[in-house]
Amino acid sequence: MVTVTNAPKIVTSRLDDPEGHTLERYLATGGYQGLRDALAKKPNDVIEEVKSASLLGRGGAGFPAGVKWGFCPPGVFPRYLVVNGDESEPGTYKDRLLMERDPHQLIEGVLIACYAVGCSQAFLYVRGEMALAQERIAQALNDAYAAGYVGKNICGTDFSVDVVLHWGAGAYIVGEETALIESLEGNRGMPRLKPPFFPAAKGLYLQPTIVNNVETLSNLPWIMRNGGAGFAALGAENSKGTRIFAVSGHVNQPGVYEVEFGVTTFRDLLYAPEYGGGIRDGKQLKAFIPGGASAPWLYPEHLDVPLEAATVGKLGTMLGSGAVVVFDEDTDMVKACLRLVRFFARESCGKCTPCREGTSWLEKILQRILDGHGRPEDLNLLLDVCDNISVGMAWPPTQTTICPLGQSATSPIASAVMRFKDEFEAYLGGPVELEVEIKGAAFVGPFEAATTEVSTGV
Amino acid sequence: MARFNEQNLATALEIVSRYPVAKSATIPLLHLAQEQDGHVTDDAMEHIAELVGTTPAQVLGTCSFYEMFKREPVGTYLVNICTNISCQIMGGEELLHHAEHSLGIKAGSTTSDGMFTIEDVECIAACTEAPCLQVNYRYFHKITTTEFDDLITDLRAGKRKDEIPPHGTLARTRQHIPADRGAGPADPTGVPEPTWLARNATGEEQGS
Repeated sequence: MVTVTNAPKIVTSRLDDPEGHTLERYLATGGYQGLRDALAKKPNDVIEEVKSASLLGRGGAGFPAGVKWGFCPPGVFPRYLVVNGDESEPGTYKDRLLMERDPHQLIEGVLIACYAVGCSQAFLYVRGEMALAQERIAQALNDAYAAGYVGKNICGTDFSVDVVLHWGAGAYIVGEETALIESLEGNRGMPRLKPPFFPAAKGLYLQPTIVNNVETLSNLPWIMRNGGAGFAALGAENSKGTRIFAVSGHVNQPGVYEVEFGVTTFRDLLYAPEYGGGIRDGKQLKAFIPGGASAPWLYPEHLDVPLEAATVGKLGTMLGSGAVVVFDEDTDMVKACLRLVRFFARESCGKCTPCREGTSWLEKILQRILDGHGRPEDLNLLLDVCDNISVGMAWPPTQTTICPLGQSATSPIASAVMRFKDEFEAYLGGPVELEVEIKGAAFVGPFEAATTEVSTGV
Repeated sequence: MARFNEQNLATALEIVSRYPVAKSATIPLLHLAQEQDGHVTDDAMEHIAELVGTTPAQVLGTCSFYEMFKREPVGTYLVNICTNISCQIMGGEELLHHAEHSLGIKAGSTTSDGMFTIEDVECIAACTEAPCLQVNYRYFHKITTTEFDDLITDLRAGKRKDEIPPHGTLARTRQHIPADRGAGPADPTGVPEPTWLARNATGEEQGS
């Protein structure tokens, strides 16, 4: 059964409007009212409102936004807000649209966050390759400054903040919050070790810094206008509100869809006429990535799982960046594995040995297998290298590196080897007995058991 | 060649003034250098080091980390073809092979007339419109091989110049912070508590 709810479009209401990026259109559709509502409250009350909404960060990790804001050490100023607009995860598409088509909504969210946290300067870090997003944000900021929404004495109050557009130059790792801070300081975008210091305590220039994703901040104007309770009334128990999912790959209608958490299922998202519209050419579904390239794959028996972070987490994977990539029955999963691993190998910053060496080693072994020169022991070697990057290959993954990039490369391999071992064996020319243990639910199953366990609770 | 000219120097100083710490302007200034010369030269990096108060080696270290900075000239049109997962399964690799065959060069190289450089790139955040490519960082969605050939023909004929600015001109996207409205950089060596936080009735800090 397909479930389509009448939940309001919280962040995508202007995406189909060709003029949605202009200040004029934004103001005509309720723009900057959320900021005025916030300025009428005390900053602490704004934080409480966002906490009551239970807004989880939309960048991938899913940490509660209001709680994160509260981690700034008292009395330490200045504090900075850094917007993470460096969207680069394969399959992910949503933040670019929000920046290109509704930049004022993002800027309004930035202002609300700055007011609540006590930041007098914000940096909007946009991925380098996104030329249109940069142009639209620059224009929107210039218009917002001229109209008195950014800069000194915003809306006639004592609230003043500069929002600086900054953009990168092509590096996936910069999406990691500490690497983004390094990049913003003018350095190579390599992650910082945390603990001891998390950005909220010591971030940009070692000052308290809040790093928020574009979609997270874009939710704030609606929450201010409609209240945290209104937001929390939507969605599932552990995932409130709505979420944007980008559906790509072998579906009839690839696209970006905002759906209510916990109500809509993967089956809806892939098959409903309003969303994905079914698998292309009437083929069968083979597998799908539920939340960006770093998420372990799911399979047809998981289609009825609702889109909700905790539920998907129990399956040994995650909703991550909201990217759903769909593979039909004809997909060569070994080839797909190589493509994903090659991405992580190319984008590894090189700081940690297991990631730097491990990902490129995985790429070389998979390339050898695909070229027809694989050896029977290569399958166990693949898993052994994965096990050295992420010991135990369980979920959540163990980390031998400063950031999660390296371990992300092991997910597609472990997932595919357990599920599609015969496809690897076809390249290797014979059966292979696996000697390495893998523990993650999505990697090994039993898939029916995992789905049943989850479905009893929803 | 390649120190900032007078106009770009003024722009560079204005960019530096936005940041509490000058070194943060390194990446924007590298983009500006690429805008001026088409690629980043050693002289430009020395000049940037002077402007942001660091060493040329540190600027080189930053420059060499990021894929968008080119140390050698590239073609008038930089064609980035995505072959990552969504584009791969929708024909991105076939599109890349077609481009290589059609232009007679391998990915990573430039045509002899200096018109086109093609690159095999990672995800460009256009997955639902796969297969995709960018020409000088402008998107072209759901591209077929025929459409690719038409695009190349148009560019060779000098068409679509309005749609696709020259390579290296990303830095022309400018934000203007008006002097009378600018709140100014928040200096990390210390600023007082913002006045509006005093509105918190109890006087307690949030999170305390």
